[in-house]
Amino acid sequence: MALSVKSVLSSGRNAVLVLRRRAFHRSAPAAVQVTVRDALNQALDEELERDERVFLLGEEVAQYDGAYKVSRGLWKKYGDKRVIDTPISEMGFTGIAVGAAMAGLRPICEFMTFNFSMQAIDQVINSAAKTYYMSGGLQAVPIVFRGPNGASAGVAAQHSQCFAAWYAHCPGLKVVSPWNSEDAKGLLKSAIRDDNPVVFLENELMYGVPFEMSDEAQSKDFTVPIGKAKVERQGSHVTLVSHSRYVGHCLDAAAVLAKEGIECEVINLRTIRPMDVESIEASVMKTNHLVTVEGGWPQFGVGAEICARIMEGPAFNYLDAPATRVTGVDIPMPYAKILEDNSVPQIKDIIFSIKKTLNV
Amino acid sequence: MLSLFCNVLRTGAQKNGAAVVVSARTYADFTTQATFEIKKCDLHKLDVGPATEVVMTRDEGLQYYRTLQTIRRMELKADQLYKQKIIRGFCHLYDGQEACAVGIEAAINLSDHLITAYRAHGYTLTRGGTVKEIMAELTGRRGGIAKGKGGSMHMYCKHFYGGNGIVGAQVPLGAGVALACNYLGNKQLCVCLYGDGAANQGQIFETYNMAALWKLPVIFICENNRYGMGTSVERAAASTDYYKRGDYIPGLRVDGMDVLCVREATRFAADMCRAGKGPVLMELQTYRYHGHSMSDPGVSYRTREEIQEVRSKSDPISLLKDRMLSNNMASVEELKEIDVEVRKEIEDAAQFATTDPEPPLEELCNHIFHNDPPLEVRGTNPWTKLKSIS
Repeated sequence: MALSVKSVLSSGRNAVLVLRRRAFHRSAPAAVQVTVRDALNQALDEELERDERVFLLGEEVAQYDGAYKVSRGLWKKYGDKRVIDTPISEMGFTGIAVGAAMAGLRPICEFMTFNFSMQAIDQVINSAAKTYYMSGGLQAVPIVFRGPNGASAGVAAQHSQCFAAWYAHCPGLKVVSPWNSEDAKGLLKSAIRDDNPVVFLENELMYGVPFEMSDEAQSKDFTVPIGKAKVERQGSHVTLVSHSRYVGHCLDAAAVLAKEGIECEVINLRTIRPMDVESIEASVMKTNHLVTVEGGWPQFGVGAEICARIMEGPAFNYLDAPATRVTGVDIPMPYAKILEDNSVPQIKDIIFSIKKTLNV
Repeated sequence: MLSLFCNVLRTGAQKNGAAVVVSARTYADFTTQATFEIKKCDLHKLDVGPATEVVMTRDEGLQYYRTLQTIRRMELKADQLYKQKIIRGFCHLYDGQEACAVGIEAAINLSDHLITAYRAHGYTLTRGGTVKEIMAELTGRRGGIAKGKGGSMHMYCKHFYGGNGIVGAQVPLGAGVALACNYLGNKQLCVCLYGDGAANQGQIFETYNMAALWKLPVIFICENNRYGMGTSVERAAASTDYYKRGDYIPGLRVDGMDVLCVREATRFAADMCRAGKGPVLMELQTYRYHGHSMSDPGVSYRTREEIQEVRSKSDPISLLKDRMLSNNMASVEELKEIDVEVRKEIEDAAQFATTDPEPPLEELCNHIFHNDPPLEVRGTNPWTKLKSIS
């Protein structure tokens, strides 16, 4: 909660923090605490209500309320036609979802985790991503693939991989990676309303984290545009670019460094593909230093792409030092807690990297 | 005098194997072997099935009892440790299904091969892992069977290929192991397990085809515990006759709660494989008392009454115990003694698992490649260069 207070205050918004009370409301209700899980649930609920063609399918999404309870209550409300439990057949049901999208429906295909999407990746890439192009614009595929991505806690190597770089590599796909509740709700609604295949990367560790949702964000028409990054914190000394859970880590690092007089600008990518390079460039041209932070592996990753794009654009000449990537360690995820903790970027790693980049 | 003698023998009893437990009664008091009538298997594309009259010796019975009880108590201890947050992440418990692991191992050799999915603690034990190293793996310590790097779903030992997290992926792997057996001409076979939920994975059907085509010595075993996570078999499968789903592959449906049924059926299937007849498919009808994993209470999709009914009517340990007692193959005290020994073994293992230190940080990057020169691995930032040894 303290984290979101900081992010609200430091982003300069004048949100009045009033936790909802059950007593009399005189003034209009202001910001409310909503977990990422509930924000996603709201987005699904609102979009299922808004458009008859939208439906959700995946393992345990209906009667179990979702493996991580993201789809809680939806089957009860919308029934078998709109919320479908599938057998454990990823390649099969993903193909089925893509086919339904081709025929005019708007499916939301859930992967229990994105690790299991590897079973179905051919359908995502070859059947969904490339089809509009291959058909010369005749066949659109309005589908959302969503589920938790990246490391969790103690789930070991086969359940901890980050797929941001893999999917973002492919033209024809949009790849979105929300951090907080507002991102989650607004981006999911945009993804569902988008006429293209969107890979929506959630994060299991963020599901239970509450954030303020402004009045505006609580409205049924609230969407966050795909393809636009958000500056979560203004700063002048270094640009931190991140996505998903690590945005929070960056803000925490920024808070620590602020006490030492180092002001970090924190950019929440929100969308990996298409990447909002302009926002990063504008920031780097101001701060002259760039540090990217991600949970995924370093080779051919999101940070690698950001560095390459900066080199190719106007911001390169403004860099006072080479850009730095903070990433997961280049190993399969170990199980033991001490090893797992040291396999992903910690706040101290971010702080260390910033200081090295700034040469302080 | 006799009791002194017994005490000496008792302390000399081995951990896992066929321990000879001598109680206050002499050998002459117990039946050394008995014949049991077991349930007939449903057959698919087979004219004859496994025997329905089987012999079990006293020694076998005691060994099965000990192993069943060891798995049971080990899983319950894991439940406890998980609730204390000493075990974290995924933990899929096997209590209720023990007869499958014990029955299968009773019919094959350690030189044969076995692979299963993530509900693997029982198999890790029957395949040769010790309770100590299994529990230490669950708690993520350096004494764990995978050095703390794998956790619950990734335990391995000789001729045991895990422990696999991706549903269904172990099935082609198992057929591959069988291919190697044929290739090397070693007359070994591979037992390849999957669940009722996994039975709907496409790669399993691809595997059936190739295994049958190439006559691979693989026994496909579907452990049907009626639920794939929260989804009952009726809601997931157009055909719940899992033993028939191999189509052209001969199939058996077996009572998975009876260790003798499982043993007999596995023997039957193993004989077919070793005779070069190709794959066999077995469906073991079994039940798990716990939910899918420790994060599933297991009661939102099934009733407590159902769980209780299975416990009281079909518990594998009770079934075996009743058989042995009613045929005078062991005494109540004798079995109680085994219980005490098992409990102690589990306690000692849990003690080890909670006190053994975590793996050292120097090990973080090891074991990326095999038989390769040492490698430099990037840490979380460009200035952190870590070392990886094979």
